[in-house]
Amino acid sequence: MALTVGIDIGKALLVIIFLQAAFGYLTLIERKLLGRFQLRPGPNRAGPFGLLQPLADGVKLLFKEEIIPAGVDRFVFLIAPMLSLLGALMAFAVIPFGSPVHIFGRLVPLQIAGPSLSLLYVFAVASLGVYGIVLGGWSSQNKYGLLGGLRSSAQIISYELAMGLSVIGVLLAAGSADLNQIVSAQTREWFVFPQIVGFIVYFICAIAETNRAPFDLPEAEQELVAGYHTEYTGMKFAMFFMAEYINMITVSALATTLFLGGWHGPAILPSYLWFLIKVAIFLFVFVWLRATLPRLRYDRLMAFGWKVLLPVALLNAIGTAAWVALVHP
Amino acid sequence: MLTLYLPIVIYFTISLLVCFGIMGASRVIGRPKRQQSVAKLQPYESGIVPEVQLGPKFSIKFYLVAMLFLIFDVEAVSFYPWAVLMRQLRLYGLAEMGLFILVLGIGYAYVWKRGGFQWDR
Repeated sequence: MALTVGIDIGKALLVIIFLQAAFGYLTLIERKLLGRFQLRPGPNRAGPFGLLQPLADGVKLLFKEEIIPAGVDRFVFLIAPMLSLLGALMAFAVIPFGSPVHIFGRLVPLQIAGPSLSLLYVFAVASLGVYGIVLGGWSSQNKYGLLGGLRSSAQIISYELAMGLSVIGVLLAAGSADLNQIVSAQTREWFVFPQIVGFIVYFICAIAETNRAPFDLPEAEQELVAGYHTEYTGMKFAMFFMAEYINMITVSALATTLFLGGWHGPAILPSYLWFLIKVAIFLFVFVWLRATLPRLRYDRLMAFGWKVLLPVALLNAIGTAAWVALVHP
Repeated sequence: MLTLYLPIVIYFTISLLVCFGIMGASRVIGRPKRQQSVAKLQPYESGIVPEVQLGPKFSIKFYLVAMLFLIFDVEAVSFYPWAVLMRQLRLYGLAEMGLFILVLGIGYAYVWKRGGFQWDR
């Protein structure tokens, strides 16, 4: 029992430290890549190739003066960034990031917990993060903040619908909602090939869910200053930032698990490295899209979610269901 | 059964500690050194003095989106057990869900026709 709990604590610490470090370097890689896309070197002063930039940013944000504007609801104002970050961290808990390993003579799955409804858990917990955004925008007594928070909540719940429907094809093909079984159902063929429609819908929704360009209307600089985190300073701002990037990692990890065969790969590399490589490809595409596409208009964004993605995802689910019912052995 | 969720509880506790730790560190280190002026604590409105105190008032459209989300999301969640059990249900499940989606589709078409998905109306 003590050993089990010890291993659980170890895994939890490992995942949290990994996510924080990945967040830090993701910001650097994003700025570097954006620099390259625009034919400039990107941050290169702090350390060799700018490798110490995330540390410098972190120290700077920690030493920033903490300002709480007059007239805000202090409790909600302070709890909002924590809710956001907590939701982002918790969603990663059920994603299997490698094949089971032997530690102290027992088989330990590389996953924090594996309940049989783990897919539903990811969606349920990931959508809790919207509370942080909407409460943060609402409590800061700022027009831009309020508008950003509202836009964000409307956008996230609209796209969540299509996202939930887009993975039903995977559930049908795997016959399970357990992420481990979904991964092991992909040993022969990745679901991205038969479920290409579901994959495309999922990935578009994933970009919208994480408020990334071209769907970054909640924090559209030109019209809303910074959106829901306009009034936040220092580490509280950094926590919203962290939540956004950790959410990016989580949706990429979920896409890897559902469509790209999870940690499966040729045995030349360990399974967790395959997992990391696949996640990194998705993260690169996130940055690539940000550098390429202009922002959508808000009415187009909502219409696209409700009138295009939702019916396409539903038709994909029905088609896959018909295939499972009629053709599948 | 509950032990399956024990790791999640442990993970949650550590995550909560991390959140409070970050918050606490920034409160201790980032404590303002001197008295802050009234202007500094005003909400940022691009340099213009805010005239009205914001209340919990916003466009009715957001309520509509939330309502539509509730209706369709409950239906989306009801797809999950059906999808998992499809291999046993076969044609029966397909027909059953076909009827369900038909009812859903009528509602969807109605909302579309009334302009519920049109933001600028």
